[in-house]
Amino acid sequence: MDQLYREAIIDHYKHPRHYGCLEAPDYKAHDLNPFCGDELTIEVKVDEDEIIRSVAFNGKGCAISLASASMLMEEILHESLDEVKTWTREDILDMLGIEIGPVRMKCALLSLKVLKKGVYGLDQLEEEELD
Amino acid sequence: MTRNLNGRAVAAAGETLDWAAVRSQFPIMERKVQGGVQLVYLDNAASSQKPAAVLEAMARYYRTSHANVHRGVHTLSEEATALYEDARQNAGRLINAPSSRECVYVRNTTEGINLVAGSWGRANLGPGDTVVTTVMEHHSNIVPWQILQADRGFDLRYVPVTPEGNLDRDVFGSLMAEEPKLVCFTHVSNVLGTVNPVAELTAEAHAAGALVLVDGAQGVPHLPVDVQALGVDFYVYSGHKMCGPTGIGLLWARRELLQAMPPWMGGGEMIREVTLEGSRWNELPYKFEAGTPAIAEAVGLGAAAEYLMDLGMDNVASHSAYLTNYAYNQLVEIEGVHILGPGPEDRLGLVSFHVDEVHPHDLSAILDLDGVAIRAGHHCAQPLHRSLDLIASARASFYLYNTESEIDRLAAGIERARRIF
Repeated sequence: MDQLYREAIIDHYKHPRHYGCLEAPDYKAHDLNPFCGDELTIEVKVDEDEIIRSVAFNGKGCAISLASASMLMEEILHESLDEVKTWTREDILDMLGIEIGPVRMKCALLSLKVLKKGVYGLDQLEEEELD
Repeated sequence: MTRNLNGRAVAAAGETLDWAAVRSQFPIMERKVQGGVQLVYLDNAASSQKPAAVLEAMARYYRTSHANVHRGVHTLSEEATALYEDARQNAGRLINAPSSRECVYVRNTTEGINLVAGSWGRANLGPGDTVVTTVMEHHSNIVPWQILQADRGFDLRYVPVTPEGNLDRDVFGSLMAEEPKLVCFTHVSNVLGTVNPVAELTAEAHAAGALVLVDGAQGVPHLPVDVQALGVDFYVYSGHKMCGPTGIGLLWARRELLQAMPPWMGGGEMIREVTLEGSRWNELPYKFEAGTPAIAEAVGLGAAAEYLMDLGMDNVASHSAYLTNYAYNQLVEIEGVHILGPGPEDRLGLVSFHVDEVHPHDLSAILDLDGVAIRAGHHCAQPLHRSLDLIASARASFYLYNTESEIDRLAAGIERARRIF
């Protein structure tokens, strides 16, 4: 219990950071987790050097998927898009700091999937990389 | 409580079943999870556990009698064929099918509905025709009709669900005025637990000239089913939700319908004569059973049907009603818990709900740490969840072996999840 629902997870779930929408985002993506019906939208604005200057997410989901999105927003703010492209599932799991079983993996990785879909505009790549 | 020669719990006159003895016939009930807690399995609407009688029947078949069926003229093939056909008799008897010739083995309820859509539907539906299904359905009684509709161009209409969790009878009635060719609905809702009035709805559909297909996936495990008394035209159920194995189920349909229906799949077993110019089809039900079937699974299905009939489906139904009622009354008392669907008297086998502040997935994960298995998600009923303005729900579903104390552990786990969030 402490493992899966450590305080930070609950805190990000109950008080999500950067929740909402951006005006005129440069990148925007939306996806679903068909397994549980979770849905997530991520929006990103970058400056001329492709540094992320503002982020927002919104959607519905479980504590794992929403905490993952909330934490990811904090992590990528002020990072470059190139940096974002290097994120892997291991980075997400390190960020969450909890053990994730195979069933909940899709919840944990939905945020990264949506983010990369927005930044790359590619779906197939994500499927291979995230599975 | 007495036991017959097979060690099954049987009811003597005036005596209720010894449900603890029934539970002891399910080996998996011994299972510990999460480092030593006793498993509480409340995900029976997804798939039930199996009694030793079913496991042994399947193992015995493979150990002593396995060969292909309806093929060889040798001892094992004859034994395998006899076991396969005896199982069909039992699976048909469970729903009071008038003849096992009208009982087609399928993989599961989904495949049975797809068979009707692909065979009867393809032959009988076209522009100007109407098929009625309901918002309450599992995806398996929606998607096959949508796929066929795209190909055949008929109208597909949906009966909505009332706020109380019943089919909207007014809309049902007005849709009958459109003289649909087929009306499809579930016997028991896999999300709301609602027990639909099958005989009444069927009479109404027949009066409008429609045929009726009933999804029995959640009905057969819990209720005495009599397809003749219900008056339906097609009835489908899965083995794995009623103590049988996965990969096998039964489609029952009235003989004249099956006779007129074209085959669904071509291959071995389903033919009478094959020439290079064309083929003639085998007799019922083999016309619909192309290829080597799931023989051991059929044997397991037959053993499961026999097991349930020995217990007595009336006994099973009253035990399910008792557990459902107990769970409903436990959960309705918990603050922040919202139960979907009708009151305990109009439902059977399950309670779906959502909990304020706790996503069903998180609830399920927290309960799992206590060894309590429930289902979280949309339960393959996205249109129904959308109509309830939910993306997902949690579902606890009960069967023969469940106990009050297990439901108490569910309730305690929900309280615990409420405290975490």
